[in-house]
Amino acid sequence: MQTDVKENKAELTKKDFVSDQSVRWCPGCGDYMILANMQKAFARMGHEKQNFVNVSGIGCSSRITYYLDTYGVHSIHGRALAVASGVKLANPGLNVWVFTGDGDCMAIGGNHFIHACRRNLDMNVVIFNNRIYGMTKGQSSPTTPPGLKTKTAPDGSIENPFNIGDIAIGAGATFFARVPDNNHQLMEEVMMQAYHHKGTSVIEVLQNCVIFTDGIHEQITGNDTKDDNQLLLEHGKPMIYGKDQKFGLKVNGMRLEAVPLNGNTPESAGVLVHDVHDAGSQMHAALVKLQLPEFPVAMGVIRSVEAPQYEQDVHKAIERARSKTNFKSVNDLFHSGNTWDIG
Amino acid sequence: MGGVSSFQIQIGGTEIYTPGDKVDVLVVMNPAALKANLGFLKPGGTIIADKDSFNTRNLKKADYDTNPLEDDSLNDYHVFRTPATSLTREALKDLGLENQVMTRSKNMFALGVVNYLFSRPLDNIIVFLEKKFGKKPVMLQANRLALEAGYNFAVSTELMGPSIIIPPANLPKGTYRNIDGNTAAAWGLLAAAENSGKKLSLCSYPITPASEILHELSARKDMGAIVFQAEDEIAAVCAAVGAAFSGNLSATTTSGPGASLKTEAMGLAVIAELPLVLINVQRAGPSTGLPTKTEQSDLYQALYGRHGEAPLVVMAASSPDDCFYYSYMAAKIAMENTTPVVLLSDSYLSSGTSPWRIPENGELPDISVPKFDKPAEEWKPYLRQPDSLNRYWMSPGDKGFEHRIGGLEKQEITGNLTYEPQNHEKMTKIREAKIEGIAGKLPKQKVIGAASGKLLVVGWGSTHGAINTAVIELLEEGGKDIGYTHFNYINPLPENTEGILGSFEQILVCELNNGQFVNYLRAKFPGLNFKQFNKIQGQPFFTSEIKAAIINTLTE
Repeated sequence: MQTDVKENKAELTKKDFVSDQSVRWCPGCGDYMILANMQKAFARMGHEKQNFVNVSGIGCSSRITYYLDTYGVHSIHGRALAVASGVKLANPGLNVWVFTGDGDCMAIGGNHFIHACRRNLDMNVVIFNNRIYGMTKGQSSPTTPPGLKTKTAPDGSIENPFNIGDIAIGAGATFFARVPDNNHQLMEEVMMQAYHHKGTSVIEVLQNCVIFTDGIHEQITGNDTKDDNQLLLEHGKPMIYGKDQKFGLKVNGMRLEAVPLNGNTPESAGVLVHDVHDAGSQMHAALVKLQLPEFPVAMGVIRSVEAPQYEQDVHKAIERARSKTNFKSVNDLFHSGNTWDIG
Repeated sequence: MGGVSSFQIQIGGTEIYTPGDKVDVLVVMNPAALKANLGFLKPGGTIIADKDSFNTRNLKKADYDTNPLEDDSLNDYHVFRTPATSLTREALKDLGLENQVMTRSKNMFALGVVNYLFSRPLDNIIVFLEKKFGKKPVMLQANRLALEAGYNFAVSTELMGPSIIIPPANLPKGTYRNIDGNTAAAWGLLAAAENSGKKLSLCSYPITPASEILHELSARKDMGAIVFQAEDEIAAVCAAVGAAFSGNLSATTTSGPGASLKTEAMGLAVIAELPLVLINVQRAGPSTGLPTKTEQSDLYQALYGRHGEAPLVVMAASSPDDCFYYSYMAAKIAMENTTPVVLLSDSYLSSGTSPWRIPENGELPDISVPKFDKPAEEWKPYLRQPDSLNRYWMSPGDKGFEHRIGGLEKQEITGNLTYEPQNHEKMTKIREAKIEGIAGKLPKQKVIGAASGKLLVVGWGSTHGAINTAVIELLEEGGKDIGYTHFNYINPLPENTEGILGSFEQILVCELNNGQFVNYLRAKFPGLNFKQFNKIQGQPFFTSEIKAAIINTLTE
């Protein structure tokens, strides 16, 4: 049995992953950028088309399965991760991608999300976070910021929102990345790293909904503000940010602290160096929680650590049991134990 | 009475269909057990009591003012007052065991007494004990000594009772073993996987009384079973949908409350037309209900418990051993017709045990999986086999067959998304016709007794044993004009159903619910004269109740 995702050298291009279905998102929706980057990344994976399976739930995000020309299941609300777990466990050789949204994944699908994170099947979860329910027309989601007026919170949301990365790392996720929907190069790169990561990879995309939360991420992703407000993390590189890379992050007591470099090198200023493979989760958990205005928002691959993959362990246990047993067929099983003959 | 557990077995030289109604012999280990179970003993029956445990404390706990073994209250019965506790301890005294551990072996003492009464040798039991306790020589010795002590006590005190000699059973030739309903259901899936050349995926969540299927297949890695214990019932069925899409024989097991949670995903399996077996081991509901008690009250849920027009195949097993055959058939029908199938078992079948004739090689029907064997260019996701209306089951890894399925309505043949009004109606009719068309491939419904006449007795699922015994007894007692038919295929019904039902003046439908199958039949065959006999007590039917119901209906 082929139990690893195949790394064959299929020569494919972006076009090979464009399906014949017309795309029906609102003009200007951030989803278009995710679709384009997924098609580009898929072509780069060198993985044969028939071994891709895309699984989605319900919501604007989840329409994407129809637009990617591979195998796909557009399932039911909140359950994409459960369906995908069954797909992957049944055939571990498949390259499985889950597409979901902040409502689909963090509200109705929240239970499946935390369990997927702890189980660590080798699959990839792309969460389109626009901080609102778009398809059902503007209700609060678990990531809606406090104070935002929505159809279900006409006076402004009073709920405490989830931080997706915090939940993921708390639940044991072995890979977490965050990308803005308008940084094509970073998104494609993060998708490739997620593909190569053995285990469940969670990618939060800060996605703009032009209808209900237009500009919700603007402070982070806007052309004028992104340099000051994003901390682009790279493994082995110092945690510096700002238009001229003049700020850095350090540890002060139990907390992270944003400091100006004041002309010093990051090293001499005591700026932290990003270790994406740090098995301990304290620093990664601290990084995902950074928020404006005190801190920049962390982007890129925040956590990528090795851990046993559930589907590998299951299939290895089956192979061990198969190699030890005397049962060659069900008939041998049926005749084991106490039997008697009549006639 | 709380805190009293019991076990009932029927033995005989003819085919046995139930654990029996009322018992001939009652073994009681303490006063509470006597109080709780005396009602199940036939008048004139035999009581084997551990007189050592009928002490003041235990009598008070069971609310007895006087010792029933010493007053006249049990005069209608044969009572054997055995010093089971003290003789067992005496027999085991050299093994160096704690008193409490020795006392636990007194069940073997009682079994020794029972074997004497029924003129049974101890050999088979000793072989069984050697297998069970082979690695624990002290426990083997303890059980064996207690068993022999009981037997010898009965021999030496010349227990006089209704000694009964049971002749060898007259059963079809073959190799047999004992099997319970849940193991049988698990093994049916394994056999179907092997015969279809598919891997088996079971995705389930623990629930009483279905969990043993999950346990058995978790232990069957040696047969290649891929088992997933999901975080909840919804995840379990959704993972099963995923496994079916991946091309595995896929099943999920549950009981009523879990089946409720799975309904949305079952609708997905219906519209996606994926093969999926859901085994519902029913228990008394609604809600948490009576978790370990039996009932047939999830039939409506299986038939109708989904939103939208969502027909699927509904079947029911009727004995612990035929849980094997019907789980095999559920898997076969699901794969051959790319449809979800609900197989109804229940608490009574799941924990009941019956002898099972192991099928010989080639005896089970073949399974032919609908794969498209022509070039991929000629195929579409909702292209159908013209005779059966089946979709082809193409799976990831099949090159050139990449396609998307999902919960949204699909255009006929192409599988593209469409909201076109006529298409939705057409697809709804096709999904219905596909299920209805399976009727032609099912075995014909059989009748025992009269083929036509005054009364047809109808049952379905786990009640077969009690109803069958009642009807056979009535026929042997000279009953005429009575027929009996028992359904295992509920949706669709076998093709000859209407012909059978229509040959009788009255139809008495017996079921352990408030009348779900009878109402289903009333809707299908409105011109016929249906009567109903229902029991909703969390208990199986007694043969005597069915006989009385039949006689009442005939004499009304």
